[in-house]
Amino acid sequence: MIRNNRVGKHTAKLLVATAITLTAFGGSAMAEGELHLYNWTNYFAPELLERFEKETGTKVSVDNYASEEDLLAKLQAGGGGYDVIFPGSTTLGVMVEKGLLAKIDVNQMENFKNLLPAFTTMAGDEKREYSAPYMWGTTGFTYDPALVPGGKLEESWKELFEPKDELKGKIAMLNEMSDVWNAAAYYTGVSKCTEDPAEAQKILDVLMAQKPHVKLYSNDGTIDRMIAGEVAVHMQWNGAAHRVKEKKPDAVYVYPKEGTTFWTDVIAVPKDAPNMEAAKAFVNWMMSPEVAAIASNYTGYSNAVSGSGEFLKEDLRNDPAVNTPEEYNERLRAFEACSPASKDLREKVWTKLKS
Amino acid sequence: MSRAGKTILFRALLIGPALMAITVFMIVPLALMAYISFRGRDYSGGVLWDQFTPEAYVRLFFERELDGTLALNFNYMAIILRSVWLSFLTMAISLAVGLPVAMFMATRNARWKAVLVFMVTLPFWTNLLVRNYAWILLLRDHGTINSVLLWLGVISEPLPLLHNSFAVAVGLTYSFLPFMVLPIYASLEKIDLRLVEASFDLYATRWQTIRRIILPLAFPGIVAGCVLVFVPALGAYITPELLGGGKTLMIGNLIGFQFGGARNWPFGAALGLFLLLLVLISLGLYARRYRGELEGSQ
Repeated sequence: MIRNNRVGKHTAKLLVATAITLTAFGGSAMAEGELHLYNWTNYFAPELLERFEKETGTKVSVDNYASEEDLLAKLQAGGGGYDVIFPGSTTLGVMVEKGLLAKIDVNQMENFKNLLPAFTTMAGDEKREYSAPYMWGTTGFTYDPALVPGGKLEESWKELFEPKDELKGKIAMLNEMSDVWNAAAYYTGVSKCTEDPAEAQKILDVLMAQKPHVKLYSNDGTIDRMIAGEVAVHMQWNGAAHRVKEKKPDAVYVYPKEGTTFWTDVIAVPKDAPNMEAAKAFVNWMMSPEVAAIASNYTGYSNAVSGSGEFLKEDLRNDPAVNTPEEYNERLRAFEACSPASKDLREKVWTKLKS
Repeated sequence: MSRAGKTILFRALLIGPALMAITVFMIVPLALMAYISFRGRDYSGGVLWDQFTPEAYVRLFFERELDGTLALNFNYMAIILRSVWLSFLTMAISLAVGLPVAMFMATRNARWKAVLVFMVTLPFWTNLLVRNYAWILLLRDHGTINSVLLWLGVISEPLPLLHNSFAVAVGLTYSFLPFMVLPIYASLEKIDLRLVEASFDLYATRWQTIRRIILPLAFPGIVAGCVLVFVPALGAYITPELLGGGKTLMIGNLIGFQFGGARNWPFGAALGLFLLLLVLISLGLYARRYRGELEGSQ
């Protein structure tokens, strides 16, 4: 669902991306000094392709995939001649585990020092030997000050899980098991990878008590629902919150103090990349502030490079939903790869909630 | 080749494509589904092909306690029962609405009939998803129905029409109503209207005529309509997802969840087979109960 938001963002630029891809394949694709990226559709700024070529003389081309399953399948089948790929957290873990990635020692790279502290490690690649962060986003909630009593809500999951009387029936949740589970876990102070049924019960109790006050659980139309004022509070992804604010500038995106989940997409290099040296140079280059800012300006999501803020487009820079204020950094909670036992509990809670 | 041989060959050639289609598109996928439902679960999505386990079926009825013992589990049963109940409700409302409509249609003249049949099938020209979204626009708090009622002063607060079982039942009935109207219409249309006249000549009241003449003759259509509404309603996915607001799962959503968020393919396959079993049982009951009437109408 996060993907859909992202892919839909720059539909108009699809033609540009396609043209670039076509041009790349028109030339001698395997010539020396070329770099082949493999990425989501409309998830990489064309401007950066030219810029990298100008700075280093290496020609860059992009090819697109529609799902991470495609990416994984292609890599397992032998790489497909790509030098740089952009998987999400879950896929990264699988790739490292299955030995599909080159150990490029990102932590030794010159620009590694530019990364925000929270991104210097990641589940599946704890030492940052294989990957650098690309884009990231958060799951918090958005509210409309005009519809809440007093015009202000606490920066806490409490406002969602134990809504004030006036807000009962006017809150909406995402219909995404992991996001809802994580939020309830932060709120109850339980580890989100818990294997203890008693702790899972605590999470279920919170969710069951909340359910009568929830208007609906849905991942679709979260933006319109807020703009139309159908609900006062909506659990939401930050990219969507940014677009609510375009229409409703007063809307507030909250990073709940108990913990706010964030997802990360990374930049990595397949084990058998044809142009390994250029790929490493590219990964390092992507961690420079101005380059990261150009990437964000195109995708509309945050990057993990400190100092990139001043190069951001104004509407992104000024929106705390996208450009996370530093004081909220400690509230961010990274993806964790949970055990099967824990996944079973989470699933049981979700099914009980919906039965 | 003998004459009989030729006939057999000819028949085989005629039946062949249909048999092939059934084998390739129905039997093979079903067998694969049954096979997967007995395989191990890969937590990152997929199936452990080399592992045999009945775990998916155990899961349907029981849950494992901490010490490994099994306890009855009513979560999935609750969802399945809700699906059956909502489908039954859909069927009943469709019948109550569809029967008079079909009667009305069947008693018009030929030109009107064509127009009316066209109008009943018209919604099928629009995607189901779009039609469900249309219901959201009608039913929501600031939607058409509530706005009109508020404006008329009938209510002072918007009625909670959306995101509950009521909305799901409305959406399902709307989606499947034509499946009820058309078969009943087809069987009513064949009725010889002189029978109705004869019944009036014999001093039957309107109600008696309907009960003793029209309903028995329309029965095959009614049974067919009920089956055609009940079965697809049981597997509904889009309507409970959109109109139910994700609060009331039906079995279709439960299956979808196993292949999506839960990444439990074997259990999803087992649920799919269980749904198939439910459908077969309900069809079998119909066939048993109404065999006489169905054959009598031929």
